[in-house]
Amino acid sequence: MTGHPNAEQEKARRFRDAALPYIDDVFALARYLMRNAEDAEDMVQECYLRAFQHFESYRGPAMKPWLLAILRNACYSEFTRRGKREVSLDDPWDDDRAAEQMPIWQEPSTSPDVSLIRAHDDETIRRLIATLPQPFREVIVLREVNDLSYQEIAEVAGVPIGTVMSRLARARSMLRSAWNLAEAPMLETVP
Amino acid sequence: MNCAECESLLHPLIDDEFDVGHARDVEAHATECPGCADKLGAFRAMRKAMAAADLKQTAPTRLRRRIEAALPLPSAQGIAPLKYFRLPRRPFFGGFALGTALSAALAASVVLTVIRTDHEQAVAAGVVSAHIRSLQPGHLMDVETSDQHTVKPWFDGKIDLAPPVIDLGAEGFTLLGGRLDYIDGKSVASIVYKRGKHEINLFVARQLGTEHANVTDRTAQGYNVRHWSDAGLDFWAVSDLGPTELNEFVRKYRPALHGSSS
Repeated sequence: MTGHPNAEQEKARRFRDAALPYIDDVFALARYLMRNAEDAEDMVQECYLRAFQHFESYRGPAMKPWLLAILRNACYSEFTRRGKREVSLDDPWDDDRAAEQMPIWQEPSTSPDVSLIRAHDDETIRRLIATLPQPFREVIVLREVNDLSYQEIAEVAGVPIGTVMSRLARARSMLRSAWNLAEAPMLETVP
Repeated sequence: MNCAECESLLHPLIDDEFDVGHARDVEAHATECPGCADKLGAFRAMRKAMAAADLKQTAPTRLRRRIEAALPLPSAQGIAPLKYFRLPRRPFFGGFALGTALSAALAASVVLTVIRTDHEQAVAAGVVSAHIRSLQPGHLMDVETSDQHTVKPWFDGKIDLAPPVIDLGAEGFTLLGGRLDYIDGKSVASIVYKRGKHEINLFVARQLGTEHANVTDRTAQGYNVRHWSDAGLDFWAVSDLGPTELNEFVRKYRPALHGSSS
């Protein structure tokens, strides 16, 4: 028995009010990292369990990056536990299904339509992100979906800011070439 | 600024990670260099398209509920101290033997309306529910043996207490085995006995509330319940045995507890 029951309840209440509002962000990252809804749910649960256990010693950073860092660690431990074998189940975010519709990754070409961007539906954009290799997918999601700053991404991913910048640059180049290769009409670019 | 420098600085510009001075340098280069201007335009357009797309995710309500339910919050289930804080992984699809019993127990605990003063009554109802559940085919025992020296070690590591398993065969109560159960948000041990055709579930949990040195008699849904506490543990004996015979069970068990070395 640790602590007074009321102290535990008070801690649980504070934790719920502080951490639960970010569950959609945590779930989104889990979804993109695990590429499978059921695994993502497990990881989110694991994340909140770990976060609650360490809540007493939590002094910052902001709650969202703190939770995302815990979630990321949970996902990576799970990958290690599975011996690096990423699962693929019948899921629209699944590697294999997405790969069938995706060309092999290329660095961006210098073709004349280089500045043009095709219009894609949401499903296609999600699929394009989902097919990025792990570290690039992670940095794109943390930036574009979770809206973290470079500093926060560096904290979550445990890398220097310079690495965040170079990864993000590579990730966007990869995404852009895949983006333009996927079938869709052309859009005007933003000057 | 050359194109290589510009390229590495495009992204901080797009992401507003620059102070105004640096941003102006990059934009100045881009206005003079069509190649860099194209890239800047393409990345901005892509980013804009991503911002417009619905890339966020909404966590399922059941996930939110599961996390809240696992927290020791004040709730209809009363106090669930930290040591019972366990997040069940996929409780409804779990492959473990207790899965069904566990979800049934969780469902039952939602039905119970428990105010703290009625806590005792609620626990008694939970105990009876657990007893009824245990009588469903395949639910009575996790370990099936009449040997008390097998039942007792079976609980090791499965629960944070060592339930006293006493052989009352000579007294007319046959030891059938043991089971882990879940009552009032807590893991409990159940030791199963039988007299004639009547099963007795003896639930044992760490004592949390007040001590009940004297045996409390209750009946719920036609089952007799006897509750007492002893040696820091709470005991509930439940059965469809008649009151006299269940009292006899308690009378035989309690002294034997102190007679045994456990």
